[in-house]
Amino acid sequence: MQRVLQGRMSVRDVNLCVGCQCCMFACARRFGEAGLGRSAIQVNSAGGVERGFIVIVCRGCTDPACLKSCPTDALSKRAHGGVILDQKKCIGCGNCIDACTLRAIFWDEEKNKPIVCTHCGLCVQHCPYDVLKIEPAGVEKID
Amino acid sequence: MSRKLISGDTLCRILYVDLTNRSFWTEERPDLFETYLGGTGVASKLLLQECPKGAAPLGPENPIVFAVGPLNGVYPLASKTVAMFKSPLTGNLGESHAGGRSATAIRLAGYGAIVIKGSSDTPVYISIHGEKLEFRVASVLWGMGNSYTVGRVIREREAGSGIRTIMRIGRAGERLISYASVITETYRHFGRLGLGAVFGSKKLKALVVSGKRRLKVKDPGAYREAYEEIFKSVTKSPAMKKYHELGTPMNINVLNESRSLPTKNLMKSHFEKAENISGESFAKNYLGRRVACSHCPVSCIHLAALREPYVSEPLFFKTCMISYDYELIYALGSMLEVADPSGLLRLLDEVEIQGLDAMSTGLILAWATEAQEKQLISEKEVRLRLSWGDVEQYLQAIRMIVEQPNDFYLALGKGVEYASTKYGGGDFALAFGGNEMPGYHTGPAAYLGFLVGARHSHLDSAGYSIDQKASLTKEPLEIEKIVDLLLAEERWRQILSSLVVCFFARNNYTPEFVIKALSTVGYEFDQKKLMNTGHEILKMKNEFKIREGFNPDSLRIPRRILETPTSLGNLQENTLREGVELYFAKVLSKGQISSV
Repeated sequence: MQRVLQGRMSVRDVNLCVGCQCCMFACARRFGEAGLGRSAIQVNSAGGVERGFIVIVCRGCTDPACLKSCPTDALSKRAHGGVILDQKKCIGCGNCIDACTLRAIFWDEEKNKPIVCTHCGLCVQHCPYDVLKIEPAGVEKID
Repeated sequence: MSRKLISGDTLCRILYVDLTNRSFWTEERPDLFETYLGGTGVASKLLLQECPKGAAPLGPENPIVFAVGPLNGVYPLASKTVAMFKSPLTGNLGESHAGGRSATAIRLAGYGAIVIKGSSDTPVYISIHGEKLEFRVASVLWGMGNSYTVGRVIREREAGSGIRTIMRIGRAGERLISYASVITETYRHFGRLGLGAVFGSKKLKALVVSGKRRLKVKDPGAYREAYEEIFKSVTKSPAMKKYHELGTPMNINVLNESRSLPTKNLMKSHFEKAENISGESFAKNYLGRRVACSHCPVSCIHLAALREPYVSEPLFFKTCMISYDYELIYALGSMLEVADPSGLLRLLDEVEIQGLDAMSTGLILAWATEAQEKQLISEKEVRLRLSWGDVEQYLQAIRMIVEQPNDFYLALGKGVEYASTKYGGGDFALAFGGNEMPGYHTGPAAYLGFLVGARHSHLDSAGYSIDQKASLTKEPLEIEKIVDLLLAEERWRQILSSLVVCFFARNNYTPEFVIKALSTVGYEFDQKKLMNTGHEILKMKNEFKIREGFNPDSLRIPRRILETPTSLGNLQENTLREGVELYFAKVLSKGQISSV
């Protein structure tokens, strides 16, 4: 038996994006809730919907700038790209948000902590136009 | 039976804004949202409470109510906001729905409804970001010639990119044209019944709302399961295909072939050049981008790319993205016999620039063309020689409707009903209850729906669909049966527009699914309770209308609709009158409905 390893998020073709934001709502459902309070992906218009859209999501850097900006080592490297947040270590300084070139770390207003993409792929499954994809990170053998 | 909202759900919060005193406050009304769900149900109740009897539609006492419902921000295609007000066009119930990002923004800003009262003495716009509300100076925006520019300025000025709605009016709203629209996210509109003029009368140029709250559900597992069910249904179902692919303009060829496409001010029900302006033709030659409302995977919004050269500057071009839909193509295309698709797009663009309702504008121009042809109005008054298909003349006429250079254009700015009482031509003034008619010359059910529907719209009860089915099955359509079908549909649509679910998903949001979805957000309803609530809301609207002077007996039936055969033959006035009587006997009857 083989299992495809979940890699990192990528935007396959932003021109296919219609701005439906189903990805944003899918992300929030990770927590078993509705709304957008804890969504780690955002779709904005590129200066008005007539010009199309911008998808803001973590691309899973292998050398993440956010990680380096964290004063409490709350962020650690995730296998196959991106970072993992340790809520207990995080003091909510927001350095990681400023450090990310894509501004792809979001903010939990209630907990005052960052929201980091876990590259789970729920948004990909709910994109009706195949704008998003998860890059496979290889294959693992399962006995 | 429990109807409790989930603890902490901000749906029950109503934000009141008083423009006269530049003040605002919130009130929690779980009672309203638990009884009437939200959307049209809650807005109807608020309108009854907030709008004093006999209020002038353009006076400070006329409130604007925006409402969303328990499924907004929770389920896909629950993507609409309901606006209610007293209409300057009909002088009675005003209700208009729009999508864009309005519903998501209002719900996730933490409100179930926003009520705007009073009137400002100087132009302002309101900016709401979650709990923060600010009045901003709009003097520089007031008088701007192009509504697109207004959107661009506010977009740059305000926070909340991606999670906000920017509702704004154009020049038409400022100048109180009775059918001025409110534009949201550039291509969606509170189009009908003149909300734009009510904004204008309050010197309110725009309303910006943004929010990103999280919403709790009752049982996360059941929620996820119900979500997947409806998501699959709306993305895979054949019922959604027409909105998804060609969009609503797919109906142009369909209605034209069945001789139901009102053409040349309904002198005909078939346009020989319809193919040029069909959904198929626009998709092939002009479709430039597809866009969706927030939380809707369907992307029914079709934008045409129109490339035009500048006459004065060689090798300079502008490429405009122009939204097209069935009703727009009917009103400014077939009704005016405009067969040139790029000319039609220019008309649609001009209507958008000015901030007018495309349907009412098209029908006003169609009436004016015929009235000029019949010499009811002179060239001196019109200042143009309106003739069928002449785009250049129509473009100028649209601008003059907004500029209002004389009494004639002042009358045109008040709708076809008013203009025809002043200049004659009532036989071909195509309005019902004062609202310019939608594009379905399908048969008796469509017209009975326009006559009796709470907002005199095809969206009240979709009578055209009853006609179309009868035309296929060849089964006789008794008037009693039509009344029952229309009433059942209109009642059910009160529920959908209280949740607030887009009517395009009406085949997916079945009563069974709605009950299930509601239970995930705390509401326990059964089918009977749901239908009774729908009936109650509909009754409430009709009570408001009667309070404001609506009389079913004085509904005008323009002779033109009887003269031109429909796909089901010629209509009879007495049958329609009989239907009106039957309908109101049922809708206004005391007690609850016995069957569903």
